[in-house]
Amino acid sequence: MPGTVSEKVLGHLAGRPVRPGEIVTVEPHVVMSHDNTSFIVDAFRETGYPRVWDPERLVVIFDHCVPATDPRHAQNHRDAADFAREQGLPHFFGTTAGVCHQVMCERGFALPGTLVLGADSHSTLYGALGAFGVPINRTEMAGVWATGEIWLKVPESLRIQLSGRLRPGVSAKDLVLRLLRELRADGAAYQTLEFHGPAVAGLSISERMTLCNMAVELGAKAGIVPADARTLDYLRARRGTPEARAFPADWEQGLARAVPDPDARYAQTHRVDLDALEPQVACPHTVDNVTDLSAVAGTAVHQGYLGSCTNGRLEDLALAADVVRGRTLQVPLYVYPASVEVLEQAEAQGVLSTLRAAGAEVMTASCGPCFGTVGATLGAGQVCISSSNRNFQGRMGHAQSEVYLSSPAVVAASCLAGEIADARPYLEGA
Amino acid sequence: MSTAISGSALKYAAADDVNTDVIWPGKYTYVKLDPPAMAERAMETFDPDFPQKAKQHSVLVVGKNFGCGSSREQASQCLKYAGIEAVVAVSFSRIFYRNSMNLGLPVIECPEASAALQTGDPVSIDLEAGALISGERTFPFAPFPPFVLELIHAGGLIAQIRARRERDQGGTP
Ligand code: SF4
Repeated sequence: MPGTVSEKVLGHLAGRPVRPGEIVTVEPHVVMSHDNTSFIVDAFRETGYPRVWDPERLVVIFDHCVPATDPRHAQNHRDAADFAREQGLPHFFGTTAGVCHQVMCERGFALPGTLVLGADSHSTLYGALGAFGVPINRTEMAGVWATGEIWLKVPESLRIQLSGRLRPGVSAKDLVLRLLRELRADGAAYQTLEFHGPAVAGLSISERMTLCNMAVELGAKAGIVPADARTLDYLRARRGTPEARAFPADWEQGLARAVPDPDARYAQTHRVDLDALEPQVACPHTVDNVTDLSAVAGTAVHQGYLGSCTNGRLEDLALAADVVRGRTLQVPLYVYPASVEVLEQAEAQGVLSTLRAAGAEVMTASCGPCFGTVGATLGAGQVCISSSNRNFQGRMGHAQSEVYLSSPAVVAASCLAGEIADARPYLEGA
Repeated sequence: MSTAISGSALKYAAADDVNTDVIWPGKYTYVKLDPPAMAERAMETFDPDFPQKAKQHSVLVVGKNFGCGSSREQASQCLKYAGIEAVVAVSFSRIFYRNSMNLGLPVIECPEASAALQTGDPVSIDLEAGALISGERTFPFAPFPPFVLELIHAGGLIAQIRARRERDQGGTP
């Protein structure tokens, strides 16, 4: 029976062919939790199980409350660290690696054709490497730690067919915002977004991460770019580096599952022509309140946030640096690199010094202000232009603050102008 | 835990795409709070008066894609602690749906009931039969699969896992 990537991964784990709508009970390859780990520990204790099912498969990365700015956050970190020691967890990263989803990819925990469960809604990002990355919650994670099992409904898949090429100053972020505009916040509810078409080969791994990351904003269970030569290049380069975990000996066998069968069935096909794509902005307070940038250009902003699992990677920072090079910011721009690796590379390549020279503040490799608790949060009446993924009311601070979502280039341009601005004039003039 | 629910409706008209940030703000998400403290903060950004209203009406009625956004399960938990016994919606976000079932809070997809019910309407729900009754009106909904009913009966996922483990261990001398 021909299958989509979702059907092939779940079928492999179930040991039989599966169809959309079926419920299967399966064992994940890897599970991830972050600052919520100590909450999961509490629930795990209640299960009565003394040991986690497989310490090798647990990954713990602190990123949300880093550095801890509240003693209760610090206590959570400590309790989780104690648990990691008690259980002998080999993949415990503490506060020093970066945003969980980025670190999962850099360190080889998200591999093609595998099932990766994350106790965070943006775990869909792992699909950028052909993994079936599925967000779950804390209680379920405690259950998986105890039993090694989870029930999942086999999702239908929605085929996103991409043609053309992203033009300069237009990015993967604009594409996913466009999808939100056309399909809306529940447009892929309970489904997997599978990205196809001639444009996909041209998308970098970083751009694919942006797309898959925000699949969840369309209500999707997963977002997957089938594995190709770029996927292999990325992973082969990481395999064997001191930072990456030892890849399982048979990891390349997963590649076959990370590509759909030629006659796989899709619930629907949705087409986007990248040649015609214009910069997009999501306006307060919903992710699908999306318009062309030109419609909101000139809206005053008080600060910019460049970072997050959506757009805090080297390519994103470098593009922002190209925009601001030799210029001076009118409003504060807070830069939170997505990982320590990104931070170090951006430092080595001079990207950070360019950003700093324009007046940007480079902060810790962490989630920062993304969810309104740690870092550059917003007060009443403040407006932020953000490269992150959510602009819900109160998301970045006060309930009367506002967040506009855009590409990193537009964040940088808007901080130069003090108002929402197109980045292309700055890029052309560079 | 019983699978029959009775109470009255608390309706939010035009409440589509209500996200978990407005149900449970990020600033509380990494802080451990006890059930009364969670009840007080339920829906803080969406409707500060919600905890008071939920004391009178235990069936929350909303629109489509309820609970979208962050996977924070306090969004389900705080509703439960505020006294909500069931949520009726046109549709739910996938993660909110799972969270609620796993915590033993039944969530029901029933567009007709979501449209028709008004605050104060009497509601009784039979989860096994898949029927919501309000006065003279009956709204059928797709009955829960047996394993979801089991989960709700058990009082949620953790209670179920613990009970299974105790049973299995009891069986091996
Ligand atoms: S960067 Fe933002 S969206 Fe990403 S994991 Fe951190 S808080 Fe969540």
